[in-house]
This record gives sequence, C-alpha cells and structure tokens, in this order.
Amino acid sequence: MRPEKLSGIGFLFIALGLWEFAARKELVNPLLVPPLSRIVAVFWDLFSTGEMPLQIAVSMKRAALGYGLAGAVFISLGIVMGLSRPIHRALEVIVEMLRPVPPPVVIPVALLFFGLEDEMKVFVIFFSCAWPILLNTIDGVRRVDPVLLNTARTFRLRRLKTIWQVVLPAASPQIMTGLRVSLPIMLILVVISEMVGSTDGIGYFILDSQRRFRVAQMYAGMAALAILGYTLNQFFNLLHRRLLSWHWGMMRRNLE
Amino acid sequence: MLLLWELGGRAVTEYRLFLPSIIEVMGAGVQLLFSGDVARHFLVTLERFLTGYLIAAALGASLGVALGYFRLLHDLLGTVVELLRPMPSVAIIPVAILMLGIGDAMIVAVTVYASVWPILINTVDGVRHIEGALVDTGRTFGLNRRRILWQIILPAASPYIVTGLRIALSIALILVTTAEMVAGSKGLGFFILDQERSMNSSNMYAGVLIVAVLGYALNRLFVAIEARVMRWQHGMLNREAV
Amino acid sequence: MPILEVQGLSKSYRQAGGEVTLAIGSISCRVERSEFVSFVGPSGCGKTTLLMTIAGLLSPSAGRILVNGQEVDGPPRGLVLLFQEYNKSLFAWRTVLGNVRFGLEARGVHAAEAAERARALIELVGLAGFERHYPWELSGGMQQRVAIARALAYEPEVLLMDEPFGSLDALTRLELEDTLLRLWAELKTTIIFITHDIEEAIYLSDRIWLLSRRPSEIVEELPIDFPRPRHQVATRADAGFMALRNTIYRRISNPVAS
Repeated sequence: MRPEKLSGIGFLFIALGLWEFAARKELVNPLLVPPLSRIVAVFWDLFSTGEMPLQIAVSMKRAALGYGLAGAVFISLGIVMGLSRPIHRALEVIVEMLRPVPPPVVIPVALLFFGLEDEMKVFVIFFSCAWPILLNTIDGVRRVDPVLLNTARTFRLRRLKTIWQVVLPAASPQIMTGLRVSLPIMLILVVISEMVGSTDGIGYFILDSQRRFRVAQMYAGMAALAILGYTLNQFFNLLHRRLLSWHWGMMRRNLE
Repeated sequence: MLLLWELGGRAVTEYRLFLPSIIEVMGAGVQLLFSGDVARHFLVTLERFLTGYLIAAALGASLGVALGYFRLLHDLLGTVVELLRPMPSVAIIPVAILMLGIGDAMIVAVTVYASVWPILINTVDGVRHIEGALVDTGRTFGLNRRRILWQIILPAASPYIVTGLRIALSIALILVTTAEMVAGSKGLGFFILDQERSMNSSNMYAGVLIVAVLGYALNRLFVAIEARVMRWQHGMLNREAV
Repeated sequence: MPILEVQGLSKSYRQAGGEVTLAIGSISCRVERSEFVSFVGPSGCGKTTLLMTIAGLLSPSAGRILVNGQEVDGPPRGLVLLFQEYNKSLFAWRTVLGNVRFGLEARGVHAAEAAERARALIELVGLAGFERHYPWELSGGMQQRVAIARALAYEPEVLLMDEPFGSLDALTRLELEDTLLRLWAELKTTIIFITHDIEEAIYLSDRIWLLSRRPSEIVEELPIDFPRPRHQVATRADAGFMALRNTIYRRISNPVAS
C-alpha cells in the first residue's frame, strides 16, 4: 500500500476515534451526533434484519428502470440525431428547452401524473438522466473519424451495417461517458424523489428516520447510501472494462 | 412542438388538469408575475442560491488550493474525501434539518455542502496540474509564498477552478430547489410543489418555467463573466484550434 | 481491356470561404491487370484526391473512370483504398484478427472460414502471433501491415495505396516495401501507389506517372525496366536507378507546363 494512503487511513481512524470520544463524553450533543459505535450497531441491526437491504432493493428497482429506459431511448435517439442533420435540427429546439430544467423541479410534475407510485420516480430518473446520455451519444456519433466512415465505404458496406459495425463501436467510448455521468444523477434523483413523494425506499428511510428522531438510524442510512454509491461506481467500471476492453487498454496507455 | 402542446391541451379537455394549454400556463405565469406572489418566492430562492454558491466557491477554492498545494494535507484528508464522495449530497438534508431546523440556514448549508465538492475536486486537480516550472519561476524571482499563491497558482489553476464553478452552478440550484421541496415554506421549490398539491397545474408549470429560465439565465451570466475574466485562455484555445 | 481507365478526369472543390479550387486539371491514363504503377508528385498536388476519386469516394467534376469497362459511380466492386492515416482507419475495437476478418466479412465470407483465412493473411504479412493484439498495441509499421492484410482479405482486383509508408521510419519503410512486393508477386493484385518518395516509386513500380503541381496533370510517363524481383541493394545500386531518380527529381522540382 502506498505511503500516502497509509497516512490518510491513519487520519481517518483518528477522526473516527475523536468522533466516538466526543459523542460519548457529550462534547457534542449525542442526540445530534451519536457515538460511532451506536451507528455501527444500528447499521448492523438493520442489515441483519433485512430491512436496509429491502429499502435499497426498492430504490434500486426504480433507479434501474429509469436508468435503463433512459439508456435505451436516448442512446437510440442520440444515434439518429447524430447521423441525421435534419432530424437533429428539428429536435434540437425541444432539447434545448427542456435541458435547463433542474431535475428536482420535475418531481411535482411527475407527482401530478403518477402520484406516489413507482412510475413517478422512474419518470423523474428517466428525465434527469436523459441529457448526459443523449448529448454524449450525439457527440460520439458526430465525432466518428471520417476516415473510418470512408473505410466502410471503400469496403462497400451498406448503411445499416456501417452504423452497427463502425459508427456504434467507434462512438461507444463517448456513449459510455454519458452513461457514467448519468449514474450519480440517477442515485441523487432516486433519493430526492423518495424524500419528496414516497413511502419507502432508502431516501424516504433516511428522512423518516430524521423525523422520528432515530438519529443513529439516519446516519446508518446515509452510510449505506455512500456504500451503495461506491459499489455502483465499481460495478460500472467493471462493466466498462469488460465491454470496452479495447478502450480501457488504450486509456491506460495514454495515462502513462 | 409548442403548437402540438397547445392543440393537445385544448382538445383533450378531461386531461385539462394535467396538461393545461400553453395559453393558460402563460396566462397564469403573467398573472403571478404581476401579483407579486411568485416574486417573493423567486427572490427567496435567488438569495439562498447566491449565498450558498458564493460561500461554497470561497470555501471550495481555498480548501482546494490548500489540499492541492500541501502534499501532507492532501494525503491526510485523501481517504476521508474518497469515502464521502460517493454519497449523494442530497442525503445530507435530513441531517441539516436535524441540526438547523427548517429555514434559510438549513437550505444554505446543504447548498454549500453539495456545491463545495465539484469546486474542491476541480481546484485540487488544477493546482496539482500546475507545471513545476511555473512555481520555480516565481521562486527565482524571489516572490514570497503569498505572492506565489495569488500571482501564479491561482491564475494557473483557474481554468480548472472555473470548470468546478460551472458544475457547482447547476448543483447549487438543484439543491436549493430540492431542499425547499423537502422542507420549506417558501421559495420556488416549495411553490411548485405547493401548487401541485393544490392541483393548480397552470401555476405549477409556470413555476417550473420560471426555474428553468432562472437556471438558463444564471448559466448565460456565468458564461459571460467567464469569457471576460478568462480572456487569456480563450485566446490560447483559439490559437490551438487553428 | 485495361483493368482501370481514367478518361479526362478533373476535380474541383468548393472551399469553406466559397472559392473554388481546381485540384485535378485533367488526367487520363490506363492501367493493365496486375501492374504496379505509381503516381509521384509534389505535396498538395491532389494525389489523395485522385485516389479518392478513382476509389469512388468522390465524384469527378468532369471526365470518367472505368473499372473493368464499367463506369465508376460510388465505390466499385473489386477495388479497395488504403488510406494515408492507416492508424485512424483501423478499427480500434477489434483485434488484429478481427480487423482482417472484417475484410472477409465485407465480402460475405462466413465466420468459421473467415477466421481461418484471416490467420493465413496475417501470417502472409508477417504478423503471425499478433492475432489477439489490439491496434494501439502495435507499432506504426505493424499497424500498416494490418491495414494491408485487411484490404487483401477483401481480395480486390485493384488496390489503391495512399502514401502508405510515408510516416514510417526509413528501415521499416524498406522492410514494408519488400513485403508489399512479395505480396504483389504472389497475389497478382493490380496496385496503384501514391508516394512523394521518388526512389520508393522507382523501386516498386512497373510504370510511374509524374504529376504537376495543382491543378495536377500528368507531366510524364516513365516505364521502369529494372528486372524483378527487385532487391534493396542490387536494384538500387544499378547505375540507371540513380540516373532515373535524378531525372525525375529535376522534372518535379521544375515542372514544365505540359
């Protein structure tokens, strides 16, 4: 392990130790900042009874649906818009009009249409993840090197085959970027939408814990969220490495 | 496209509640503007936004420079930062409510927390990317620590800092409106949600429109200011492109 | 019937500013089957444009191009163009094997057979053992070989090559020249080669056409009579080699209006 990390970890433990100490000795209000040990205990409890995993599963189901739908719809749309100037021009106006809307503001609209159901959250996530995915896809398709397109032409590849065999793979790194950027957005919006309009899910859980003054539980929920975020990132990287192994290798070489 | 909305709204009267016609939305919007109702909410949101954003900018930039410049600090805090990063900033809202109640302080606090991250990370990145030669040049000229900071480090890292500030702009607006929705009694976020609850869809849409326009305007403002302040970089970029 | 015939080809561009540039003035020539011919000319004289037009990727402003007697309208069958930026034309997401297989797939060869024939081609160009590598892992010379293998996989009757060895170091260039000649002798493909390297053109070709500056025209046609197979030392040591090279050099440096 690198020496820098060692000092970082050391500092972390010191900070955690201070927290425990301060909370126990009531240097800070233990109602607001419970001792670390209590939080860990509650965390463990929530996990072993299965309640935490349940809430996470509920949230993840919504998130995955919204994200997946956004990916399917907007990657396809992005390819079409990237390849066809007239279509791009036609739709550009709508995109530019909808883009500046901050995602959370869409929640009341979604509430109106879908109530407190899952669909509401799925829609919100779908809407919020749209733009990074769409714009990156369009950009990726546009930036495909003309030499590659000419190569397809000299081999007399037909239009559809060219898109599938050349344009898509060539644009895939950038499409991946769009998907990667949307990942944290997905997580943020599932939490927000659950805080504003839901009766379950991890976002609701954290807020509800606060309302019932189950403070340790609230912190436990936040920790779970952080772990979830980290796990999703790692998972995405793994996928990236698998699907785009060629690009992964190229990138690492450039970093050296 | 707008025409479609208009026609759709008029034709399907039973869905009037959900998708009022554009005219209605516009009408409601204008009415609101003149009645001063929305103006109040608008100003509240704007004030919270600016306060939060500016504090975050100052905090994020200074912390970022410190972390970027002082190896020791960076190593010490590195792990903690990496652990906190994956947690979505919005999760901090309940904690903030717990400690600060519901009101301006809480909203500004969460805005600051969320906005600090992109500024911090990008600033650290920028400072670390500064060519050693630049700082050494400063030393050769006998500049003291403080002057090196102001005259070399900050300008050199500024493109990165600006990137962080730009990202933080949208994040700050998102957090303010979100916090207002979750636990507020005024502000545009609250307003929009409230109108939805009262089934006042035209007002709700008008509110959404106002927020969108606000976001757009802030963005343009940022771009304009950035173009002025960062003129040197634009020139450089343009030359490279040629 | 000549495999390729260019009749009064002329090509002009409209630039971004609106002005029209005449890249190719008027070019007419004939290429026989299995010949190795080269176009040599100063930079910017429109050699790439010429090749792109022959390949059907650009359409002529005037004149026409016949491949096997058929007028070219879009990329003609049996003809492949190898681009100057070979590294950009290779598919970064496919391995060496994958790239070469593409040439076969484009011809309609099915998967199993394609893999086998691709391997044979990879060995032919001297890259045996590198099938599973990605293009970015290879040197410039090796990438060029992959591009050549991929083009040959298509089994074209005519291969157009746009300054293929220009960006390689001298030694790699000589190596690839010989590889190319070996392939050509074995496969009997017609090759149309573009280069600004006079000696390379002489070494490789049966005939050379000298191009003038823009708007380009054929200034002179020169048959190359050195015996085949050519040899890097023996052929280049021939007294006539240098004499020819000097003649060409003088002609290109001070082009006489035709």
